[in-house]
Formats: sequence, C-alpha cells, structure tokens
Amino acid sequence: MLKWVRKGLRAGIKTTGYPHTRESAPGISPGRPAAMLCDGPQEAGAVAGRCPTGALSNQGNMIRVDHRRCVHCGRCRQDHEHAMAWEGGYEWAGGRKAPGEMAAAFSRSLHIRILDAGACGACLSEIKQISSPYYNIHRLGFFITPTPRTADVLLVAGPLTDPMRLPLERCYAAMPDPKRVVAVGACAVSGGIFGPSFAAAAGISQCVPVDIEIPGCPPPPLALLHALLMVAGKTKQT
Amino acid sequence: MGPTLNNVLKFTDLPRMVASRWGDSLEIKIDQERQLIQITCDPEVLQDLCQWLFYRQGYSLATLIAEEAPPEWVMRYILYGDTGNGQVHVLTRFPLSRTKVPSISPAIHAADWQEREIEDLFGLSFEGHPKLGDFILHEDWPEGASPMRTAFDASRLHPRQESGPPWRPEMIVKTPGAFMMPVGPVYSDTAESAHFLLETVGEDVVRTIPKFFYKYRGVEKIAEGMPADHALLLAERFSGSSAFAHSLAFCQALEAICKIQAPPRARALRVLLAEMERLRHHTAAVAGICSSTALAVAASQTSIIEEDLLRLTCRLAGHRYFFGLNTPGGLARDLPDGECKKASEAAWIVLDKLKELHEMLRFTSSFLDRLEEVGSVSRKKAVAYGLVGPVARASGVSRDLRVAQPYAGYGQQTKFQVPREAEGDGYARLRVLFAEAEQSVNLIHQVASTLPAGPVRTAAAPTEGCALGWAEAPRGAAFHWLRTDGSGNIRRYRVMPPSFVNWHGFHLAAEEFAFQDFPIIMATFGLSNAECDR
Ligand code: SF4
Repeated sequence: MLKWVRKGLRAGIKTTGYPHTRESAPGISPGRPAAMLCDGPQEAGAVAGRCPTGALSNQGNMIRVDHRRCVHCGRCRQDHEHAMAWEGGYEWAGGRKAPGEMAAAFSRSLHIRILDAGACGACLSEIKQISSPYYNIHRLGFFITPTPRTADVLLVAGPLTDPMRLPLERCYAAMPDPKRVVAVGACAVSGGIFGPSFAAAAGISQCVPVDIEIPGCPPPPLALLHALLMVAGKTKQT
Repeated sequence: MGPTLNNVLKFTDLPRMVASRWGDSLEIKIDQERQLIQITCDPEVLQDLCQWLFYRQGYSLATLIAEEAPPEWVMRYILYGDTGNGQVHVLTRFPLSRTKVPSISPAIHAADWQEREIEDLFGLSFEGHPKLGDFILHEDWPEGASPMRTAFDASRLHPRQESGPPWRPEMIVKTPGAFMMPVGPVYSDTAESAHFLLETVGEDVVRTIPKFFYKYRGVEKIAEGMPADHALLLAERFSGSSAFAHSLAFCQALEAICKIQAPPRARALRVLLAEMERLRHHTAAVAGICSSTALAVAASQTSIIEEDLLRLTCRLAGHRYFFGLNTPGGLARDLPDGECKKASEAAWIVLDKLKELHEMLRFTSSFLDRLEEVGSVSRKKAVAYGLVGPVARASGVSRDLRVAQPYAGYGQQTKFQVPREAEGDGYARLRVLFAEAEQSVNLIHQVASTLPAGPVRTAAAPTEGCALGWAEAPRGAAFHWLRTDGSGNIRRYRVMPPSFVNWHGFHLAAEEFAFQDFPIIMATFGLSNAECDR
C-alpha cells in the first residue's frame, strides 16, 4: 500500500484555483455561441435557421442565443460566411429565483445528491469529475452524500424519462428543508433533443421546483462548480 | 466466433449452399460490392436458417429489425461474419393482420432480449419464446399501446395506468431466510439509473435479476419523420460516453444510402477520433474498477488521466465528448495536421502513465484478490449470448468489427491487434482494457503520421433507401439501421448498441457471489444504461 501513497504524493497537486483564481487551462470548456450582430435581418435569419434546436432567434440584425436549448452541436459556427462567434468561459449557471430568495442557508458546507433522470452519460461523467483531483469539491466544503435525508442539493441530469418521475419526486420529498434543485445540462433544463415526447418530459421542472439551471451539453466541471458556489452563496448570480 | 468451424463455407459459396438446403422457399440476392447476401424466406424456415448461419457458419447476430410496411410486416435478421464473410440479411414478410412470428430464441439465445423488445414495442408476439411481457415499458404502461407502431402519437406523454404492487419475479430459492434485495434505481453517486434484485440467502447472492429501461427515451421512435441531420443529434447524444462511435455508425448508414464515401482524409481522421474515444472510455472504465475495489489513489490518478484526455479532445476537436464532428459524408470540420500530431504525442504520454498504473496494479494483491475468479463468463456462454466488445474478448471471443467488417480507415493501412484473454473473469476484463488502450494509442500514432491531404467532406444528397451502418464502439459492436424517404427524412431507425447485448449476459457473471463483489462485477462489465436503454 505504501507504493500507492508514494504515487499519490509524486503526482503532486493538480487542483484548480477556481473560484479564487480564474482557470484558463486549455480544454476545460468547449465554450458556447455568443449573441451576434449581423449585417441585416436576412442574414441573421439565415444563421438562426441553421440551428436544429431553435436556440437561435433573430431580432432585426441581432441573433440571440437561448442557452437553455443549445446542445453544442457546433453547426452555427461551421464553414458558412456568417458563422456565430463562440465565447470561452464556464460560469453558465443561472437562477430561476430572485437572488434574495437564495438564502445563505448553506454557507458552511453542502451535501449533494445526484440523480440520473435519463442522462446520456456525458453530464454524469462531468459530475464525476468534480470530485476528482483536478476539481476537488471537498476543498470547498462540498460533499456527495449517499442519502437524500442528509442532502442539501439535488443535482439532476437528463430530460426526465417517465419511469424516473416517481424516484425524483420521492428523492426530493425525502430531502430536509431548506433544499435546492440544480438542473444539469440542456436535457434537464429544457428536455434538450429528447423531450417532450411520449417517453420523456421537457426537463425536470415539470416535476420538481428548479432553483438553478446549468445550460450546456454537457456543462463542464467548472460550470458545475460555479452552480454549487451559487447555491452556497459564494458567488454573485449571473 | 462460433464453435470450431472447420467446414465454414466461403462467402461466395454460401448462396449455393443455402439454396441446396432450403430450396425453393427462398429468394437470394447477392450484393458483391457491399459483401451482402439478402435471403428472403418463409417465417417457418427462419429459425432453422438462422441457427445454421449462427452455429454452423459462425455468423454473429447484429440485430433484429421489425418494420411496418403496409400491407405487411417485414422482419429483418442481420448477421455478420468474420473478415471476408460479409453480412447476411434474412428477411421474412407476413400480412399486417398477423401478429405472431416464430421465435428464433430457443435456437439462438442472443436474440432473446431483441425479441422481447419487439414484442413490447410493436405488439408482435414471438411463438416459442420462453419469456415475454413487460420489458422496455414498465408495469404502468397500458396494455395494447405499442409505441413503435406507425399510428402511435409520440409527441406527448402517453397516459399511464394504475399499476399494482411493484414487480417481483418468482424466487428460485425457497429456504427460510431467502429474500430479494432491491438495488437502485437511484444510487449514491453518479451510477446510472437501473434496478437490480439480488436473490440471496444471507451473505451470498444466488442470482441477479435486472430491471432496466428507466432511461428509455424512445430514440428510435422520436427519430421518425426527422430530417436525417436532426436525427444525427439523437444518434450522437443517446450515449454520450460513446458519441463518436454511434454518430459514425449513423453517418455511415446514411452514406451507404446515398451511395457516397467519405474522402480519405475524413476516413483517416475518423479512425483517429474513434480511437481517442476508446482510449478515454477505457481509462474511465479502469478508474471505475479501481474505485469499485476502494483503491482510492489508483482511482484518483486514473481520473486525472481521464480529465487530461477530455481536455485533449476539447483542444483537438472543440468538444470534450466529440459532439458535432461526424456529419453525413465525412467530418463537419478539418483538424489541422499539427494538432493531430500533438494529440498523438499526448496519447503516448497517457499510455506511459497507464502502463505504470497497470504495473502497480499487477502487484497489488489486495486488488487482484477482488478481481480474480470474480464474475466469470465462459467462452461457450459468451458465444451463446452473442456478447461483444472487451467483455467478450476477455472470455476468448475476439470478433471485432474493425477487422471483421472494416469501415472508415480501418483495414487499409492501419495495423493493430485485437487482444484476447481466456479466463473470462474480472481481471481478464481489466487486462483487455489495458491492452486495447495500448492498441488505440498505436492506431492514433499511425494515423497522425500518415494523414492524407484533401477535403474532409463529400456532399450527400438526400435519397430514399435503407442501409446498415456499424462501428466498433468502445463497449463493442454498434449497429444503426436506417430507412429514409425521398426527402431524406427518417422513416425507420434501429439502434443496437453493445450495452444492450452485454447487459443481457450480465446475469451470467452475477451468480453465486458475495454481496460486496456486486459493484466490482458491475465495474468490470463497464456498461452504460443510457446506451442500453436508448
Ligand atoms: S451550437 Fe447548435 S444548438 Fe447551439 S446555438 Fe449553435 S446551432 Fe444551435
């Protein structure tokens, strides 16, 4: 066993300095399309029309992005004359409640419960990364908990497939107050490309009250960290 | 892959042999270019013919496809052979009013779950199948509503019925103290939603009964009517951990329909990207195995490598999970040669780290004790269940689509080995993962140093037709079958992912074991419910 301890020590510290410093290592985030000004409404319409999920809309010369619907397919930035510019960054989480309502009830530590409501695996993989050495949520006082009874936050990914409706309701009910629900990824936020349909809902807000949404397909680990910091009242709301 | 095949026929002899055995009741078409034999037969001959192909000729079962084509049903059984043996598509047709099909499961157990799926979703019944009933759709789904039928409205939530007490299968063990221990569908960490009943008499579990499809998103159904490039989003995103392989299989099916081929550069890059995905997947799978045995340092060191690979992918391809790259006719954008070289160098470094890790694991006896002789699957069972991918290769079955049915840039200049182990236990599966990761790095290097110049995309004009696309996904063989209409919209979409096939055989490994081994057996199988449930 000693050799494993040595290996761990040899590897050194990899952990990001976020939120105290900005993380800028390449590859931490795919970025996302940013609102853009076009030469004319016609061009704007043509660009917006390329989006398969209806995330882009044009208001005159302006193309707006509804990040809740964007699935990072990249089609709006491809080899056309008018390609959308993508912006970097990862602080994507947004509140569905007024900032005042997000009481600073959890400023010490957060216990997190994860629920898979039909996620494809990419969101879950990014959630898994937040407890790995690169992101290490423990240093921020965040912990994954095995039971809803001690959970403050419920992280839910997936569009909410029908058989997961009851487990989600029960899990939410079993959590003590105060509690927060975070919708992770385009599917949980809006149904993504899967819902609404005969098999899945248009996101988890159709079943439980959502406090924070993290758009993205999938949102990278730092976007998850940002959302959790928001729940803990350790960041300003965007 | 079947039993010893001394008298296997050559592909070109197969039609003659089939005709001489089954005579007039068959209609045989040969497509030399695609290496495809299409046999149309009566439902009565089906079982016999498929059994002969599977056991005597060594063909594997790719998938079963039911298609509602008024005035009739068309059932398509797709089998594929080893290198040079092509594919055999067996078709049978019968009137729509008929709802009974003879089952092939009694002869080919690999068809068991696929027939259950068709029964549940189409309302067809398979005569002679030992076990039918709720499968994809759970107890609260109203009887008689078949979501895959054309008339079914897939756009909104279907009303559910009151369901009785929760599903409980019959217990085998009748001794006092025996009970069913439920596990899932919600877990304490990032495990996917799935439910298991472990039948136990105390310390040991006698057998494992899975209940899946909590994550059924009806991908095949909601794709119907969509333009093909919209349905591509579904193919790419139903299983995010193997997005590239599935989008590749989907695009290759479309390319076959449009009778085009991706340009050489795109075919080469597809190999590079697919192997990067395999490398990342296998690294994550090793991390999963380490953490299932509570080897925390190894698990966290492996997850560092995994994150390195995710970042590398993002730098190279613009997305951490390869989304948005495959497009019908090639790739959506070119990747610069320099970046590919850099990625290949980074992959070597990853390989060194993995090798070091493997060395350390090999001499950690407390770790090996948890894996050796745990969750064993025999070669014979692996064949009967038609298992695929690393799980099959750990049980001595080495069929790999990259070799058996070469696609993209495989089989031309690329050279690699398909690793194989004999024991079929958890440790054999771990070794296969390490060995395959090494082969992937070799392949990445080969492709990055011989990238042909040229465009990465051939224009694809939408046409009517149907075709099969395939890829060896990280977890094994993946098949996507498409039928499009004249304007290029999807009329029928069938996906057969490796996790579906391997979950079917999971219970073989999860019999007669100690409770604490359950997570380990799960981790060494390394399957995805998103991929299985679709
Ligand atoms: S990335 Fe795709 S989904 Fe997102 S805005 Fe662009 S075109 Fe739409």
